[in-house]
Amino acid sequence: MKQLMLGNKAFARGLYEAGCSVVSSYPGTPSTEVTEEAAKYDEIYCEWAPNEKVAMEVAFGASLAGKRSFCGMKHVGLNVAADPLYTAAYTGVNGGLVICVADDAGMHSSQNEQDSRHHAIAAKVPMLEPSDSAEALEFAKKAFELSEEFDTPVIMKMCTRVAHSQSVVETSERVVPETIPYEKNIAKYVMMPGNAIRRHPIVEERTKKLAEYANDCVFNRVEMGDTKIGIITHSTSYQYAKEVFGDNASILKIGMTNPLPVDLIKDFAAKVEKVYVIEELDPIIENHCKQLGIDVVGKELLPILGEFSQNLIAEKLGVKTPEYKKLDETMPMRPPVMCAGCPHRGLFYTLSKNKCTVLGDIGCYTLGAVAPLNAIEMTLCMGASIGATHGFNKALGDENDYKVVSVIGDSTFMHSGMTGLANVAYNQSNSTIIIVDNSITGMTGHQQNPTTGYNIKGDPAGKIDLEALCRAMGFNRVAIVDPYNLAECDRVVKEELAADEPSVIISRRPCALLKYVKHNGPIHVEEDKCIGCKSCMRIGCPAISVKNKKAVIDNTLCVGCGVCQQMCKFDALQA
Amino acid sequence: MTKNIMIVGVGGQGSLLASKLLGHLLLQEGYDVKVSEVHGMSQRGGSVVTYVRFGEKVYSPIIDKGEADVIVSFEKLEAARYVEYLKPEGRIVVNTQEIDPMPVIIGAAEYPENLVEKMEALGLNVDAMDCVTLANEAGSSKAVNIVLMGRLSKYFDIPEEKWIQAIKDCIPAKFQELNMKAFALGRGEK
Repeated sequence: MKQLMLGNKAFARGLYEAGCSVVSSYPGTPSTEVTEEAAKYDEIYCEWAPNEKVAMEVAFGASLAGKRSFCGMKHVGLNVAADPLYTAAYTGVNGGLVICVADDAGMHSSQNEQDSRHHAIAAKVPMLEPSDSAEALEFAKKAFELSEEFDTPVIMKMCTRVAHSQSVVETSERVVPETIPYEKNIAKYVMMPGNAIRRHPIVEERTKKLAEYANDCVFNRVEMGDTKIGIITHSTSYQYAKEVFGDNASILKIGMTNPLPVDLIKDFAAKVEKVYVIEELDPIIENHCKQLGIDVVGKELLPILGEFSQNLIAEKLGVKTPEYKKLDETMPMRPPVMCAGCPHRGLFYTLSKNKCTVLGDIGCYTLGAVAPLNAIEMTLCMGASIGATHGFNKALGDENDYKVVSVIGDSTFMHSGMTGLANVAYNQSNSTIIIVDNSITGMTGHQQNPTTGYNIKGDPAGKIDLEALCRAMGFNRVAIVDPYNLAECDRVVKEELAADEPSVIISRRPCALLKYVKHNGPIHVEEDKCIGCKSCMRIGCPAISVKNKKAVIDNTLCVGCGVCQQMCKFDALQA
Repeated sequence: MTKNIMIVGVGGQGSLLASKLLGHLLLQEGYDVKVSEVHGMSQRGGSVVTYVRFGEKVYSPIIDKGEADVIVSFEKLEAARYVEYLKPEGRIVVNTQEIDPMPVIIGAAEYPENLVEKMEALGLNVDAMDCVTLANEAGSSKAVNIVLMGRLSKYFDIPEEKWIQAIKDCIPAKFQELNMKAFALGRGEK
């Protein structure tokens, strides 16, 4: 039956049909739904791991046990999981091992725009790139066969437009291959120098065989059209190129971007007059062609930054683009904001008021950097807030006049904050670490994590006690605050900054969007009391605006958290 | 020939349900369909865009400037923001609701005035309606998306009963009466 399916859901369907048995992942836009959708199949064991490194090790273990396994992550997640990946490339697999990495050209929801193809090249593992949902499903299944045939982990790279676009797929039944019995093989699986030195040539030999395979495989195909223009392309760029040229150009569509074919590219280039390479981000196919001595046009014409589109390609390759009308109007931007009732708001207001230097982390709370709170001054990668705070404080020592604090979410803390906290405890910097515990992984759309007490299916699971964990690491000062209570937040932040030993503040309140969270009725404005001072606007709540010099509450947004009430000196805001 | 519908609005307004409904309907009608959504960071009260494309064979999942046959907007400023994506002869279906973006809330920018008139002055076909009032009339302010779908349905050559079936297929039965009313109000058939 034909169905419209999200790219990520189609990927999950491919895992199901291929008989994948174990899935372990860490959420990250735009990869999250692969694992969420896989978890809807009872036949697959699925879990959220604390981070991508653990997820990949779990998937590797399952592969070792002889089952087909999978782990999924976003592009920056593969940096975290790079350690097991680069050596799993040496050990190879037992059951098929497939890894999803989802890139985010255009940075819709990411801190950088790295091109994951570099990881496949550096780790020396094959990488597949589907260009729509049907291919996501098909390639996922074939990825397991490739993994088992060539004894290697296989990366399947998604991008935002493939991951989060729905297109038509046809599904089939699940076929579970027989478990491949685990056999002790120290030379293959124990990567100490004496063994690894014997595995490396096997990896190089495998890459050669895969490059040969790439010349004539199902993933790469030629679509001959007009031969004046030849286009070598991949992933979503293929769709844009087809949209612009249809049959007015010949296309070599690369579905396996590592290793790249040699003869196939040479043959294609020989059949067309001029060759363009259309690839988002880095010039990887282009450089490969140039190494082969093929004259191609790539990044000299097309940008290295951001996403492509059909108009961009048309314009750069000299095809007419559609006309359109413009409004002569300055349009205010509409950036993402913290939701009404977001528990992070009260804490950031407090930190801003106390003129703290806030070193932040990755999550919804990164929005603490935007106006009017403007509280966060640094965001680097998952967990970096704690290490950076420690480093900042150690660097300045007694000369430190900055009130430096880390702000890190519960899920991010589990992901890679714990090791940073261990460093603070061990090397003793007088740092204040704030864990904003909203009882969920928020930004990626509400995934459970080791602190929530529930697993990926919503069933009760182990629950890590953050206070006990911090105390066990050696922190004597562990304070809990309710971020809806501004006075309490202010008092505790001042106390912990003044203390002469490291401390942890846990700012605890569940995300206002969680279904089980009960909301109060909206706040209303007593117009005779409101003098239009705009004090309530300083917390940056999207439910509050000022019209005709009076505060106005949007009843459809307000959840009655009461933080704005505490800002009003005139009792004009009432529950 | 591929047709293009852009759905724009503010994160959290329910545009994903509208695109789900359209995708389902158009697939039933035998078209090749692509729907491109925005997840993650941008959804948090930011400007969100969904692309729906259908035809015999659809390649690109996105809609570019000058390509949209129809823009369906859940909010007035968002309609104006994406005007350049419309074909010169295209149509804008817009909910006249105003939601202040953060720069306006904090006084760093003004919400532009007379946007509907300004779009009409460009010679565009603008169909503006107060969907919140109509949705409330149907029984819930959350039915704005179905009101908009009702109005959109007038501009496509797909029988009304097919739209109604798609709503039944995509939305839980307990909201059916509400949504049927919202759809009819959107079409202008009380």
